[in-house]
Amino acid sequence: MSGTPHFDPASGHPGVGFQPHAAGNRTKPSRVSVASVSQAGPSLLPAWLAALAWLVSAGLTRWWPDADEWPHTGDLLVLKLMLTATGLLVGVAARRSILARQPDASPSRAERWLTAMPWLVALAVGVTAWEILSAKLEWLPRPFFAPPQALIAVFFDDFPRLGSSVAHSFGLLAYGYVIGAVAGFVTGVGIGWSRAVGYWLHPVLRLIGPLPATAWLPLAFFFFPSSFSASVFLIALATGFPVAVLTWSGVAGVNSAFYDIARTLGARPGFLILKVAIPAALPSVFVGLFMGLGASFSVLIVAEMMGVKAGLGWYLQWAQGWAAYSNMYAALLVMALMCSGLITLLFRFRDRLLAWQKGLLKW
Amino acid sequence: MVSTQGIAQSPQSAQPAFKTAASGARIDVSDVSHRFSLHGAALPVLDDVSFSVAPGEFVALLGPSGCGKSTLLRLVAGLDVPALGTVSSNGVAIRGPDPSRVVVFQDPTLYPWRTVRANVGLGPEAQRRRRRFPWSGVRSVEPRPEGERSAEQRIDAALRLVGLTDFEAAYPHQLSGGMAQRVALARALVNDPELLVLDEPFGKLDSLTRLRMQGELVKLWLDARFSVLLVTHDVEEALFLANRVIVFSERPARVTAEVRNDAPYPRHRDDPKLVELRREVLALLGLVA
Repeated sequence: MSGTPHFDPASGHPGVGFQPHAAGNRTKPSRVSVASVSQAGPSLLPAWLAALAWLVSAGLTRWWPDADEWPHTGDLLVLKLMLTATGLLVGVAARRSILARQPDASPSRAERWLTAMPWLVALAVGVTAWEILSAKLEWLPRPFFAPPQALIAVFFDDFPRLGSSVAHSFGLLAYGYVIGAVAGFVTGVGIGWSRAVGYWLHPVLRLIGPLPATAWLPLAFFFFPSSFSASVFLIALATGFPVAVLTWSGVAGVNSAFYDIARTLGARPGFLILKVAIPAALPSVFVGLFMGLGASFSVLIVAEMMGVKAGLGWYLQWAQGWAAYSNMYAALLVMALMCSGLITLLFRFRDRLLAWQKGLLKW
Repeated sequence: MVSTQGIAQSPQSAQPAFKTAASGARIDVSDVSHRFSLHGAALPVLDDVSFSVAPGEFVALLGPSGCGKSTLLRLVAGLDVPALGTVSSNGVAIRGPDPSRVVVFQDPTLYPWRTVRANVGLGPEAQRRRRRFPWSGVRSVEPRPEGERSAEQRIDAALRLVGLTDFEAAYPHQLSGGMAQRVALARALVNDPELLVLDEPFGKLDSLTRLRMQGELVKLWLDARFSVLLVTHDVEEALFLANRVIVFSERPARVTAEVRNDAPYPRHRDDPKLVELRREVLALLGLVA
């Protein structure tokens, strides 16, 4: 799967490398002399640094008074101490497993966690700087920039509203995405397989597909009985186009020798479609599903801001109306986690389905 | 040539892996001409070609590369229909592909998403009757003739035959070129073919693997006695393997000569008779050795 545009796996989280063969973490037993045994394992320093950084940050919260009173500062302190403990625990566990490890064993879970520790350090530095600039010194203008504890306040105090917004967004997205993906897949297979279907659908796809789904918004809200169904239609449209095009190109690009082989072995057309064309096209289909998911996020939020009276887009709009900036930051964070989580899920699914491919992109 | 072992076609050879009955197909290619259209211009590839393959015979088609031999194979396999003339199998005109005539191409073309075992089982799976109701799990299978082995047994036997039983769970990208071509061979043999159509099957293998696979192919053929139609441009390969070598001209391909090779199997590569035949065939191809 070499043709994944707009997507660079190398920029993903370096701490999430759950590859069994992560070469960097492997010791080479045959070449390790007795003198260099101490260098065999990965360094534990980042774990200790992370613990130290969060501890210092916690001390700052505790003993440097805020310029103004902020609720939930105590919770922030607890969170920081928990992260301190995380750094310590990872360090201790990794140290133990490195000492106990057989020379040829693959890295343990604790050692894989160790690769995330530099990020924990960076996070501590970033959060502390943010806290100093906002809560401690108030250099950042007040209503627009909220300190970390204000986000915690939103998650604690406004949880029901935020939670139901996530649920609504997710429901709407699931409906639209699944319908769009299935329709796009079927369309793509049809165009790629059948000349007649291609003749009729290809021009339609070429005309309608590139049109941004959001351009349909005013009409869709007018035509559909509810804003929910209108949004499902828009999300399906946005998802369907990339899925259809990439499924089509995948089916059209199947090595014709695969068909020859199957035909000489007695395959009927149904077998050729289901057991040859579709499996061979799957890598390309997944590129389409990935691009469709990205497109569906943006349509989802726009639809919720424009018409649907629930969901994260609506929550953002609502928070803006009240000038509740910390709520907007919190909603953005939740949204980022949700989108990233869904894409991770998609890639996990693909990795499982396409285990036969070598050199898969890692998300 | 010193042959210590008798020719391995004795009928009592213990438990042959595949049918030993005279199950080879008779193939008749009569007056076949064929052309491609390339950028609107007709490009003749076969010019009035006629020959036949007797049941159980091993025939090699030898000619310069690009002369149209592979096109001929596609016609015999039923993947294309000749523009003129007829190709028939056991007296019946070939109208389409059939699992009794299996092709092994130069590239193994294994399905990368299937394990070795699933690749070998492709034929039985493709020939299986459709489920009458996909959700009921009941298949409308015609009752198998008494004593016929199940698909799983045939797959096991084919894997054993090519020596890849240990690799049945591997994916094609984990195999070497020689192993992949063996899987392709097993995928063909699973169908108990009457005719094996080989399109330069060893062309891309390294020379050692090629020699070994040629020897194995002879053993298989002696054992199972299907008919074989082999396309090659390797004179030694043709002479080592085939009963009869049909020599083709440059494109458009015409039959220029037929060389019968009566040397008994298993053959020896430096048998003086083969060496002599080699000189003869090279001369027919316009090469003075």
